[in-house]
Amino acid sequence: MSAFGKQPNPQLNSHGELQHLLTIEGLPREMLTRILDTAAPFSEVAEREVKKVPLLRGKSVFNLFFENSTRTRTTFEIAAKRLSADVINLNISTSSANKGETLLDTADNLAAMQADMFVVRHASSGAPHLLAQHLAATGRDHIHVVNAGDGRHAHPTQGLLDMYTIRHYKTDFTQLTIAIVGDVLHSRVARSQIHALTTLGVPEVRVIAPKTLLPTGIERLGVRVFNDMREGLRGVDVVMMLRLQNERMQGALLPSTQEYFKSYGLTPEKLSLAKPDAIVMHPGPMNRGVEIDSAVADGGQAVILPQVTFGIAVRMAVMAMLAGNS
Amino acid sequence: MPVATHLPDAEALCAALADAMRPHVDPAATALVGIHTGGVWVAARLHAALGLKIPPGSIDVSFYRDDYHQRGLHANAKTSQIPFDVEGAHIVIVDDVLHTGRTIRAAMNELFDYGRPARIDLAVLTDRGGRELPIAPTFCPHSLSLPAAQILALERADDGGLSFRLIEK
Repeated sequence: MSAFGKQPNPQLNSHGELQHLLTIEGLPREMLTRILDTAAPFSEVAEREVKKVPLLRGKSVFNLFFENSTRTRTTFEIAAKRLSADVINLNISTSSANKGETLLDTADNLAAMQADMFVVRHASSGAPHLLAQHLAATGRDHIHVVNAGDGRHAHPTQGLLDMYTIRHYKTDFTQLTIAIVGDVLHSRVARSQIHALTTLGVPEVRVIAPKTLLPTGIERLGVRVFNDMREGLRGVDVVMMLRLQNERMQGALLPSTQEYFKSYGLTPEKLSLAKPDAIVMHPGPMNRGVEIDSAVADGGQAVILPQVTFGIAVRMAVMAMLAGNS
Repeated sequence: MPVATHLPDAEALCAALADAMRPHVDPAATALVGIHTGGVWVAARLHAALGLKIPPGSIDVSFYRDDYHQRGLHANAKTSQIPFDVEGAHIVIVDDVLHTGRTIRAAMNELFDYGRPARIDLAVLTDRGGRELPIAPTFCPHSLSLPAAQILALERADDGGLSFRLIEK
C-alpha cells in the first residue's frame, strides 16, 4: 500500500482505531465522545500526590514546534510528562523556503533516535498530514503524529478541549446555540471547533465576523453567518472568542484594532445579549481591548483558565489512546 | 479446588465476607477501596454491613494495567476517587473475583501514588485460581477453579441484587 492509498481516513489504522490525530474533520461522533470520556479520568490525576500515571513510561515524545507557541507546547509537555513519557522539545524556526523538506528531514533524524510520537506545530497547512504520510510510506507508522496546529487548517486538540469545556458546563450538545466570534479567516481553531460542534450534534453554530475576516463558503460547514455581533449573540449558550491574528494579516483587512473592538470586541454590554448563564471561552493568548474586554475576560462567565486545565487532561487522553493503538 | 458445576451465590458471599472481616476492621479507621466495577459494588455492601465511618474509595486501574501496550487504553476508563488521606491509612482493597493478581498489582501501584498506606489488605468474594503474581487475599470466603477461557463476572440487577455470570471468551 502506498502511504495512505487505500485508507478512507489517514488518521485511523486498519482496525479503525485512532493512529494519528491530524484533524477533527471526518472523525465520527463516537470517536470524539470517546476522547472526551477518556479525558475525564485523566483530569483526576492532577489531584494526586504523584501527578503521573505510567502509561507512556519508556516512550519518547518529540514536540516539534516550527512555529512559536508557549502555552500549547507547555500543555503538551505537561500532558506527556504526566503520562511518564520522556519529552524532548524542539523549537525550529522556519526561514527555509522549502518547509516540507525541512520537516521530513528533521523527522527522519528524530525517528532514527527511536521517537514514538511527534507533536507538530507548523505554519503550513497539511504539514502533520505530510509527516504521517511520510512515516507510513517509509514503514515507520508505529510513530504517532499529533497535530498541534497547522497553518489555517486545524488545531484538533484545541477543538477537543473546547468540547470538553462545553460539555463540562453545559452537559448536552444537542440543546445548545453556540457563537464563534472573530478572525475566522486565519483561524485553525475555528475550523476545528466548527467540525467538532457539528459532529457532536449542536443544532445551531453561529459565526460572527466582519466580511473581510470570513473565508468564502464558510456556510457550507453548516454554520449561520452574522456580520452584526449584537444580533449574533442574542440567546446563545456559549461564546467562543477567537484571537485577532495580527501577525497573519496581510493588506487592509481591518481599519484599526480600536474600530474592531467597537464592533467585534466582547464587552459586558454585548455579552448581556447572550443567555444569562452563557459561558465565555477563548483559546488564548488574549488581546485584551481588541477582541475581549478585561471585564469579560476576568468576569464570572469566563471559563478561559479552566480551558487551559482541561487541555492537559484532553491531551493526555489523546496521547494515551494513540500510543495504545500500535 | 473443585471445578465449578454451579455458580456461587454472590449475595451470600457478600454476607460471609463481611462476617470474615468484622473482627479485623476498625469502623473508625479502616477504609475500603473498590476496584471498578464489581469491586465498587461489593465495597458499598461491605461499607454498610461493617458500619465503617470513612467513605469508600474507588479505583479504575486502566492507567496502570500491564497489558496497555498489547491491548491499548481501556475504552471505558472511570475516574478513580479516593475520598480520604491514603498516607498512614489501613486500606482494604475490595474486588469481586481474584484471578491472575495483575489487577491487584495495578491497584496497589495506583494507591501508592496517593500516599503511603500503613497497611493494605485484600478482600474478594471468590478466588477462581490462575494466579500469575505472588498475591494472596486476606479475606476470601469462597474459591473455585475455572478454565482460562471462562470469565466469572459479577452483575448488578436494577434492584441492586448481585449475581455471578459465566462468560466464554
